[in-house]
This record gives sequence, C-alpha cells and structure tokens, in this order.
Amino acid sequence: MSANERVGWMRKMLEIRLFEDKVQELFMQGQIQGTTHLCQGQEAVSVGAVGALDERDYLTITYRGHGHALAHGMTMEAAFGELMGRTSGCCTGVGGSMHLTDFSRNLIGAFAIIGPSYSVGLGAAMSAKLRGTDAVAMSFCGDGSTNIGTFHEALNMASVWRAPIVFVIENNLYGEYSPLRETTAVEDLAERAKAHAMPGVIVDGQDVDAVRETTETAIARARAGEGPTLIEAKTYRYRGHSRTDPAKYRPEGELERWKERDPIDLFAAKLVAEGALGEGDLAAMRAQIQTEVDAAAERAAEAPVLSLEETKAYVYAS
Amino acid sequence: MSTRLEPQRAEPSAGVVQLTYREAIGTALEHELAADPTVLLMGEDVATAGGVFKTNEGLPEKFGLERIRNTPICENGFLGVALGMSVTGLRPVVEIMFSDFLPTAADALVNELPKFRFMSGGQCTVPVTVRSIGGATGRFGTQHSATGESWYIGLPGLKVATAATPAGAYSVLRAAIRDDDPVLFFEHKGLYGRKGQVMLGDDAIARIGEAAVLREGTDVTVVSTLLMADRSVTAAEALADDGISVEVVELRWLRPLDYDAIVASVEKTGRLLVVEEQVHAGGWGATVISELVQRGVPMGRPATLSLPDDILIAYAPELEDAIIPSVEAIAGQIRSVVEG
Repeated sequence: MSANERVGWMRKMLEIRLFEDKVQELFMQGQIQGTTHLCQGQEAVSVGAVGALDERDYLTITYRGHGHALAHGMTMEAAFGELMGRTSGCCTGVGGSMHLTDFSRNLIGAFAIIGPSYSVGLGAAMSAKLRGTDAVAMSFCGDGSTNIGTFHEALNMASVWRAPIVFVIENNLYGEYSPLRETTAVEDLAERAKAHAMPGVIVDGQDVDAVRETTETAIARARAGEGPTLIEAKTYRYRGHSRTDPAKYRPEGELERWKERDPIDLFAAKLVAEGALGEGDLAAMRAQIQTEVDAAAERAAEAPVLSLEETKAYVYAS
Repeated sequence: MSTRLEPQRAEPSAGVVQLTYREAIGTALEHELAADPTVLLMGEDVATAGGVFKTNEGLPEKFGLERIRNTPICENGFLGVALGMSVTGLRPVVEIMFSDFLPTAADALVNELPKFRFMSGGQCTVPVTVRSIGGATGRFGTQHSATGESWYIGLPGLKVATAATPAGAYSVLRAAIRDDDPVLFFEHKGLYGRKGQVMLGDDAIARIGEAAVLREGTDVTVVSTLLMADRSVTAAEALADDGISVEVVELRWLRPLDYDAIVASVEKTGRLLVVEEQVHAGGWGATVISELVQRGVPMGRPATLSLPDDILIAYAPELEDAIIPSVEAIAGQIRSVVEG
C-alpha cells in the first residue's frame, strides 16, 4: 500500500471523527433532530473495511453508519443534508440519520432495524453471482445483531450457496445499553462462524492496517467463489448508543483505556514513525478537514425541504 | 447478462385455454420466467416435486435450479435476500408455503419491502412478488388455514393482490411480477383444483388495482375475494332461479383498492354484502364499508358475512365446515339482505 494511500486513510478517519463531532454540535443546536448513533472510536473499521471494496461491489450498513457512508465516498454535504432533513441529503432528507443510502455507489441499504443488513446484503451478493459478475457484497452490523435470527439465517444461506459476501461485525462491547457478556453466550463473536461452516476472523478494530488486510483476504476469497467470511472487529464507541444515552452503565476507566488505543492516534503515530507524515502535517490536516466539515454543514443547511407532493412520489414506483 | 439467466423460450403463448387455478399459477410463472431472464422463484421446496402445492411443476427442468431456488426454512431471511436481489437487477418471486408463515417474515414484509424505496428517497425500485398460499377447507388445522389477506393491507409502499379464478390467477400474478413495487399476492389452496377459461398472453395481464365483476346483477352487490368470491358466484347462480339478481365483485387488489368499481356496483344495486374468509374487524371488508359510508353511497344497511370472532379455525372437518362461510350460508345472507 502506498504511503499516499495510507495518508488518505488518515484523512478519512479524521473526516469521520470531525463529522460525528459536528453532528453532536448540530444536534445541540437543533439543526439535527430525532436521534443519531455516532461512531467515534470505530473509524478504523469503516475506513479499513469499506476501503477494500471496488466500485462494483455492494455495501449494506446500519443506523450507526455515518462512518461507513463517508468511507465509501459519500460527500459530507450529502450526509449532513440527510441528517438535517434537506434536499441536499443523499435520500433528499426523507431517510434521516439512520438511512444513509447511495445507490449510485452501490451503498444499497442502511438499516434502522437489526438483521436485514445481513440478508439484504446477501441478496445483493447472490444477485451479483447469478448475473455472472464478480462483484461481492459487504454487510455491516454490530455485536448485538449476532443474537437475532436473521444473522444466523443469512450466514447459513450464504454458506450453503457459497455466496460472495463478507460479513463485518463491529463488536463495540455493547448492544444498546447492555454489555455483550450479559446478553451473549460467547465472548468472541467470530466463533459463531463455525456454526455456519465459514471462516471466522478476529481483527483489531483500532488498527486500520489490520482491518484492511483482513478484509482484503476475505474479499479475495469471496471474489474467487470460495464463499463468505465473518470478520469480527474488536472496537469501542466513545459515545452512548444514541443521542440520549450518556452511557453511564460503563465501568469507570473503560472509556479512558480504549482512548489510549484511539484508532486515529495509533495510525497517526505509525505514519509519523514511518515518515509519511510530519507532526505539523497532522495538525494542518485536522484544521483543513475541520474547515471542510464546517463548510459542508453550511452548504447542506442551505437546501430546502422536499415538498409533500414530491415525497409522496417515493412511496410507489408505479 | 450471463448464460445463467438467459431466456429459455420465445414469446408466451396466447389464446384461451381451460386450466386449473394451479395450472394458471404455474403458467403465469412460466411465462414471466421465459419473458424476463431476471425473474426467479425462491422459497421452501419450490424446486422439489413441483412445490408443495404442485404449482411449480416443470419449472426447475425448464429454468434450472439457480432460478427455481430452494431455500432453507427461514422466511424473514430469504425475503430479505429477495429484497437485496430486487434492488440489484433481479425480479424475485418468493413463495411462502402457508400464509400462516407470513408473520415469521414480518420484519422484511412490514419494515423493509414497503419502506425501502421511500426511505432511500426514490433511489431504487423493489420488484419483489411474494406468493402466499392461504385459506381454509383443506383440514389443515388452526396454524395452516389463515388467508392472511388483511394482515398487511395497511402498509403504504406495498401492493396486495388476490385471485379467485384461474383467469385472475394468471392475469394478476403476471401483473404482480411485472410491477416495479413489492406485491403480496394471495392464492387460496382450496381453489387449486378449480377449472376455468383462461386467456393467455400479454394482453391478459391485469391492470394494477382493478377489481373484477365475476357476475353481473341488479339486486345486491357482493364484494369478496378468494374462495369466498368463488362461493359467492355459486350462491348467486342458485339464487338466480329464485329471481334474485346478484352482482359479485371480486377484489383482485386490496391495495390499491378499487373503490370506484364497488361504488358503481352499489349505486346500481343499492345493497351491499361483504363476504370474507377472515374476521371482520380490521379487515378489508370493514375498510370498504367505511369508505362507502364516507362517500355517502346509498346502500341501506350494509351486511357482512365473515369468520366468527369468538373461535379459531378447527381441524375436525365438521367443525371447519361450520366455521367457514358455505355457499348455503352466503346464499342465505344474500337473501336476507335482498328481502330485508
């Protein structure tokens, strides 16, 4: 991987971090309403995994999907616009924070309910296979999703049909407010791959290089017709489950311990050590991205709200 | 398009033939599979022994096991798969073996299929057809006999269709498969052996949302679906000998619902009877009456005949027969509506 490309990952991780921070700020100002599920702390998974896809590949994500969408190339303006309910949004403001979707880039679904990210992603993978293309699909979900039936249904079908798909679980240790150990019989979710006869791989979700390498292997396997892989990325979300959750259920010191392994700091230190970035470059990069984030939010906010008549046209295609 | 999904034969045959309801379903599937290489059929046992209700006989041989695809027993999972296929260039038809199984796929059916296009801001179309096989009289007991026809009518984004005759089955199913929106299509397993004249070919494809007048009459309008529409026609034939002229309107689409056809008929007859194989509360029958009342259509006191609200469908043949409205019960209700 070229140094330039990896510096690009750094930029993207910073963009996601600063985007999410801005979302929080806009929420407090009332420019974004309802709910949001932020992903600060999980940026290396988004950038490492999504970045390994080709343009022809399919992606399904979830309500905690801002990072994936941005990593996939959605503009910040389209993402902000969606969160603000404006026509500048990727879904013209009809979907909102939990549904960042962009069919022009094959980001075909962002789900607010647990489970269908797997099955719908599998449908895209099977479609690609049946249409004779070599596209693959990648489906994201969180640790809590591995307890719902659709997870097992989709993994079983994917294995039986040798589907070209990579399932990525972001294990951030909490399903909504409940710690994983209280709700889930296994500690390592990758073990669940065994039940469906596919490789289950654990990766350090704070290490973007490791995520990228693991994902590339899984994608290559899928593209070669060898079937699905389940990747479990161990990571952590700095914020609560959603906007109203202060995450007081977390043990003291846990957040601080994870922040010591902040994915952006870790990667920055690596790039500096390698000489790909100077200390000053990083501060300049952060400042520049902050300017871009603020400008994107401003541009997004200028757009109007869709009319009810235009919105009605979305209900049926014919 | 790869060799896996090539068209298998030329234009669908046309003309009028006599088919069973079962054969009409199979023929509609065959014609759509032949016409469009992106159409595929999937579900439990769809490719084995013609499917559980033998509607799919010959299809695996003609179209292969990639396109006539058996699935594991996981309705919510494979309906989600169908959704993913539909937004990436395929046109899947999903078979739900018994309508009683539909609720196991409720997330896909309620939260995903109808909402997917809307939430995306119209970025995609969702051409999924869900064939759901329901209805009583087969002695299948409490958990294999529901029509399920009104369970999912309150969902903007979804279309809901039914068929009471072989001609309707062919015509509506082909329209459902061709439609770019998700369509939930109900078949009735008590009708599979029913024979009828079926017009084949593209000209026979139904218009979305259009009701069918199965029998014309002037004294009373019976609005019905599925087996109850079939029985209403039989009852109407019997009553004709007594000089009672019954118009039977079959609702082939429950969403969108053809209120104009019902209004036109009731304005002619001045009387309305709704016959449904489900409890009345929360169903399309109650919705029809509500709409007609709101439109101020003169119809006296509308009558209903439906499943009793205080019992479930029982296995014992004598019990099941007592619970499901019979031809005689329908005829009796029509008579009381007409004679006041």
